Amino acid sequence: MKENKVSKEAYAYTPGLKVKKAMTVSKTRRLPIFGEVCVNVGDEVSYETVVAKTNISGDAEIVKVAALLGFASKPSDLLAYMKKKIGDQVSKGEIIAGYSVLFGLLKKWAYSPIDGIIESTSTVTGQVIIRGLPIPVEIESYIPGKVVNVLPREGAVIETNAALIQGIFGIGVETHGKIKMVVDSPEEELTADRIMSEDKGSVLIGGSLVTLDALRKGVEFGVSCIVTGGIRHEDVTALIGEEIGVAITGQEEVGITLIITEGFGKMRMSQRTFDLLKRFDGYMASVNGATQIRAGVMRPEIIIPYEESFEKSSNVELGAGMLLGTPVRIIRQPCFGAIGNVVSLPVELQQIQTKSNVRVLEVELEDGRVVIVPRANVEIIEE
Amino acid sequence: MMALSKPNEEMKYILATDVGSTTTKARFFHRRDGEWRFLVAGEAPTTVETPYEDVTLGVRNAVREVEELTGHQILSEDGSGIAVPYDGNVGVDLYCTTSSAGGGLQMMVAGLIKMMTAESANRAALGAGGIVMDVIARDDGRKPYEKIKRIRSLRPDMILLAGGVDGGATTHVMEVAELIKAAEPKARLGVSYELPLVYAGNKTLRHQIEKLMSSSFAITMVENLRPVLAVENTEPARIAIHELFMEHVMSHAPGYLKLMKWTDVAIMPTPAGEGMAIKLIADAFKENVLGVGLGGATTNVYSVVDDRFVRSVSANLGMSYSITNVMKETGIRNIMRWLPFKLDKEDVASRLMNKMIRPTTIPQTLEDLIIEHSVAREALRLGLNHHKTIATRLKGVHVDRSIGDVFQDAMAKTYVEMMNISIIAGTGGLLSHAPDRIQSMIILIDAFQPEGVTRILQDSVFMMPHLGVLSTVYREAAWNIFDKDCLVRLGTVIAPAGTGSLGDPVMTVELEIPEREVLKKDLKFGEIKRIDLEEGQEAKVVIKPHKGYDVGEGSGREIESTVMGGVVGIVFDARGRPLQLPEEDSERKEMLMNWFDATNLYPEEELKSLCEARV
Repeated sequence: MKENKVSKEAYAYTPGLKVKKAMTVSKTRRLPIFGEVCVNVGDEVSYETVVAKTNISGDAEIVKVAALLGFASKPSDLLAYMKKKIGDQVSKGEIIAGYSVLFGLLKKWAYSPIDGIIESTSTVTGQVIIRGLPIPVEIESYIPGKVVNVLPREGAVIETNAALIQGIFGIGVETHGKIKMVVDSPEEELTADRIMSEDKGSVLIGGSLVTLDALRKGVEFGVSCIVTGGIRHEDVTALIGEEIGVAITGQEEVGITLIITEGFGKMRMSQRTFDLLKRFDGYMASVNGATQIRAGVMRPEIIIPYEESFEKSSNVELGAGMLLGTPVRIIRQPCFGAIGNVVSLPVELQQIQTKSNVRVLEVELEDGRVVIVPRANVEIIEE
Repeated sequence: MMALSKPNEEMKYILATDVGSTTTKARFFHRRDGEWRFLVAGEAPTTVETPYEDVTLGVRNAVREVEELTGHQILSEDGSGIAVPYDGNVGVDLYCTTSSAGGGLQMMVAGLIKMMTAESANRAALGAGGIVMDVIARDDGRKPYEKIKRIRSLRPDMILLAGGVDGGATTHVMEVAELIKAAEPKARLGVSYELPLVYAGNKTLRHQIEKLMSSSFAITMVENLRPVLAVENTEPARIAIHELFMEHVMSHAPGYLKLMKWTDVAIMPTPAGEGMAIKLIADAFKENVLGVGLGGATTNVYSVVDDRFVRSVSANLGMSYSITNVMKETGIRNIMRWLPFKLDKEDVASRLMNKMIRPTTIPQTLEDLIIEHSVAREALRLGLNHHKTIATRLKGVHVDRSIGDVFQDAMAKTYVEMMNISIIAGTGGLLSHAPDRIQSMIILIDAFQPEGVTRILQDSVFMMPHLGVLSTVYREAAWNIFDKDCLVRLGTVIAPAGTGSLGDPVMTVELEIPEREVLKKDLKFGEIKRIDLEEGQEAKVVIKPHKGYDVGEGSGREIESTVMGGVVGIVFDARGRPLQLPEEDSERKEMLMNWFDATNLYPEEELKSLCEARV
């Protein structure tokens, strides 16, 4: 075993959320299936420029023609009864197959249940598949900027100089709006009385908590997005109409995008995040509540494009370890939310209150206290 | 797959990892004096996701921990991966890994009849370590358009299609195939990826299936998994799924192409590795075994009953990513019923949501630990319920039976009956990392509610998947480590089935421990007691249940048995089966505190002050 009892660097750590004043943000805008790209490299795009478009095939419906017409035991006869052929367009209620004999005394028809196109006829099963009309899909640029790459038949990559703030959890779709601070400090709650009718289309910044009433008023007034430190679990449940099981969000149609920056419960927004948002009060921002914790971590984001006095901040190199002096945030009780710097990385396992022996680190908090925390319970603050 | 670097008998160091959904766990093994032993563990967050999108970074970080703790260099100097073989100073002789990162193997299965071929297809997919997103059958109660919509919304890694016995149904099987084709399912891993479809149905339809589906899917034909109604043959489908998992799915996951080059043995899904370890236990002890892997994202339950092995994977029941889904499925009341102190419902829900959004954190306070243990009981309980729906007798098979049998069958759809389970074995981060072994034993007892006499085993530091994959190439080393360092004998629980009123006599137990006085205990309803019996020690036991209570031979019938000790010892559990907690809040808390005290479940002083602070 090594004799050195303190490491200079830790490799097992949790990456933090980005709170960056200036960086080049790059967004890949991709169609769900192949289609047509509408932009070229070098094009300037705005929030709503259509980058690519396609048609997704419509939903299919199966019509059991053989069974309906009474020849289920001999589906190979299907084509003899068909009144439409593969590729024909049909309307809802239109006859697609059938027969009429004895001057119409004996007749049976099979009708199309939807507007669509005959996709296939099966002489094995006697089924006809009708494909619904194509559904057009367009992908917008979402952020203003320049097209730096085109992905043939799929989409494009847009780049812009911007401030970027990642939240920890969000709900709701991509949108954009003007940033408006509605509280004076990160401790304050965002309550309904702070939301006005003129906030329509805005990205409102709260402090430690947003109430359910405030969210509902935001929806009523057409607010684009609300950003706060925390939210109560029961309020999220009430807003979206069901409990969240697994954190895959972003498709909720609740009329507003919500981004929380710290976590669940009342949580003071980190000063850095709050100050950065305040710095850009009145600027336009692209926001997205989509969160995916598993299978391709995706965190909600606030992107604030700007050009004046833009100076890129340094990037923490991915894969680099946690060093003495690295700024961290504690992300679990009992010091949840506290910020400090790593002052020691003991190698040996240490016993914590639960009586577990775990790898720990020592953090000097902003108030000067030094606390021992499991290494798993801190995240690096990317500056 | 590369050939092994050395013959087994010349190997000295082995490295195995499990790339879990939350954490990558490295385990380092060493042969000393001719015996393989576990040396040290290293762990780091899994890096399958952005911003890293390369699992080898997490593997590297976990291995660096091992290097730091041992001083033994394992990573190659040039950064190309693991140094293989061991050259006398640096490297290991064998590196293997399991993986469940990035969502594991997500499958959609389809069959003709829900309770017959679709059920067999489900078992085959689960047996291969897949997470089954949905089971489509002709009679599943949904209209065709609903099924099409559902299939379109899924983005599986693979489809398994079964249906019909050989020479049997044709038209209806083709209907199911046409339905899948009409839905145009897309692969999870992107538009350019051709979705694999394994056909394991009526073999006379292979040509027609090929003709219908080959333009849209990458088809693999295997033997019918229900060639006749009375036979279920899932092995060919399972093997095909494994191969496709490697060829198609893993090679598209971030960093896996690189990781595949590092390993000497094919990467195996974590549940498949765990399952092999549970089979090792059943083989070694020749008993019916119920095993569980309580992971961050899923709960995998395994049973080996009368030599029949079945695995279930409950996606979205887990202790990190899926912790809030456990809350959603069981309800927060069911989680909070295990807490002996007062906490606001919103506070508990927020803590669980915070764990879900920061899944790699661990409890630092006793309060947080007890909350997670409460969730674990519920995840395991739900996981076992799910398993029982899969571990069923083959349906559609004609069996001669009496009227009595028919009624019994209707009552008991599963053959996993706790009275017939002799061993329960647990693995997974929460169980393996519980600060005190009694905690994992009680969590398993509370969740699974064993009946009669049941031995409880546990994975020491979470290495069952590692040893499962190792056993495929070096069984002797795997079993050596398994027996000596992995399998912790927690002890034995004696629990009569039956229920009554608090204070009623339940059973008298006489325990004869060598070189100790005969111990006689009278257990009353609602009591739990723990006595020490060291690992490796045996005791003869005579259990006399009172009328209405059964320990295996029927109501009130005495049994004699030999029980094995362990690091926890023997637990006498007279709390009744099914185990019920009082509805009234203060009674419930008092009872929990009695149970916790009687078993020394948590540090006494800290628990007392916690409960006093949270009245």
